[in-house]
Amino acid sequence: MNLFLEAIAWILEPANWQGQRSIPVRIGEHLFYTVLAVLAASIIAIPLGWLIGHTGKGREIAVGISGAARALPSFGLLFLFVMIAGVLLRGPSAVLVLVLLAIPPILAGAYAGLEVIDRRVIDAARAMGMTEWQILWRVEVPLGLPLLMGGLRSGTLQVVATAVLAAFVNLGGLGLPIVEGIALRDYDRMLGAAILIIALALLLDALFAVLERYAVPRGVRARRAPELRTTAPRRRAAAGTPATT
Amino acid sequence: MTWAIANIEQILALSLEHVRLSILPIVLGFVIAIPLGWVAHRFQLTRGLILTLVGLLYTIPSLALFVILPPLLGLPFLSEANVLIALTIYAVAIMARSTADALASVDRDIQQAATAMGYSSWRRFWAVDFPLAGPVLLAGLRVVAVSTVSLLTVGVVVGVDSLGYLFTNGSQRGIIESVLAGVVATVVIALLFDRILALIGAWLMPWTRVKGAS
Repeated sequence: MNLFLEAIAWILEPANWQGQRSIPVRIGEHLFYTVLAVLAASIIAIPLGWLIGHTGKGREIAVGISGAARALPSFGLLFLFVMIAGVLLRGPSAVLVLVLLAIPPILAGAYAGLEVIDRRVIDAARAMGMTEWQILWRVEVPLGLPLLMGGLRSGTLQVVATAVLAAFVNLGGLGLPIVEGIALRDYDRMLGAAILIIALALLLDALFAVLERYAVPRGVRARRAPELRTTAPRRRAAAGTPATT
Repeated sequence: MTWAIANIEQILALSLEHVRLSILPIVLGFVIAIPLGWVAHRFQLTRGLILTLVGLLYTIPSLALFVILPPLLGLPFLSEANVLIALTIYAVAIMARSTADALASVDRDIQQAATAMGYSSWRRFWAVDFPLAGPVLLAGLRVVAVSTVSLLTVGVVVGVDSLGYLFTNGSQRGIIESVLAGVVATVVIALLFDRILALIGAWLMPWTRVKGAS
């Protein structure tokens, strides 16, 4: 336990909170890469996922992509992309890897959210004279929002985890104190950084847990309450695609 | 390509090592997750508790887990045990949820029929619930296998030589082919594990074969 006290002492050390190489700078870098990558991935994956979910076309391709992406070692991709792009484009190429890794879970969340909607609800909307556009925006998107949030949650956590590894290609972030700690045999620094990384991941996870709950439309929430058994075969379809780290 | 041919022996040796190291966390994860998933499925109280706990464990980034485990468990930082335990934790985290989902997918009428025929709950679990939960369990196990193979590469950072060695070594020496060979070999092994598990599943659960089990 002594090691943990020393690690916390490292975190609280005032000298580590000032200057170019301080803890806040590392946290800032980490969050910056994460937000950038998740935003870019969302811009690509959400409309595509909605298109797949609404039309029902291209689903096999999307499932295949998410499955194949899981097999890709993110650690190796970071080295590969950075080496191919060269030193000058190190930052953008590493962020590109993060974007590529965030796309599959967000895509899956977007189309699964639309897919699990009771077809009768959509038929009813169509029978009421809603245009396809209205069905998408007023029925499918709100009902699919919780699962989309779930996809964003896995995508974000995956990016946070991979951004730790980005320190090995000199990109900074909270992984850097670990890389430095390994080189200097300074375990306090490594453990301190690991604690900060875990705290950051858990914090983001909690944030998305709240958003996920908040994203359930009021009408659905009211109906869901008396359900006692956890049959829910529909929700399982999306729960079956957990993210990788 | 020429680099890969010239170093084929090293690539194969590391691949074998990679396979060897991957098997234990996958098997252990499956074995530990079954009772855990059952408890999560069976009782309302433990369900939230266990699923939240494994969910939180799963959010911990791999490198941070490699760093924080040794002081918690009294292990050396640079050790195989460290990496294997970390990967087992991830495997359990994925598999426990899959198991709970898999058991929930079993038709309640069939369970009641089995109970009515005089099955004890222990026998019913192994003879009825477990096989019927099989397809969903298998899907979870395939995810576990693929992500374990992929995550193992990070172990090179704490001194466990797997295909990840081709990444760090290739990067230090500026050999892109080495990194590329490592990525390709990792993906090939992951897909191999996935395929083998699918075949085992089709063999053990012949009733799923009809619509092309894989």
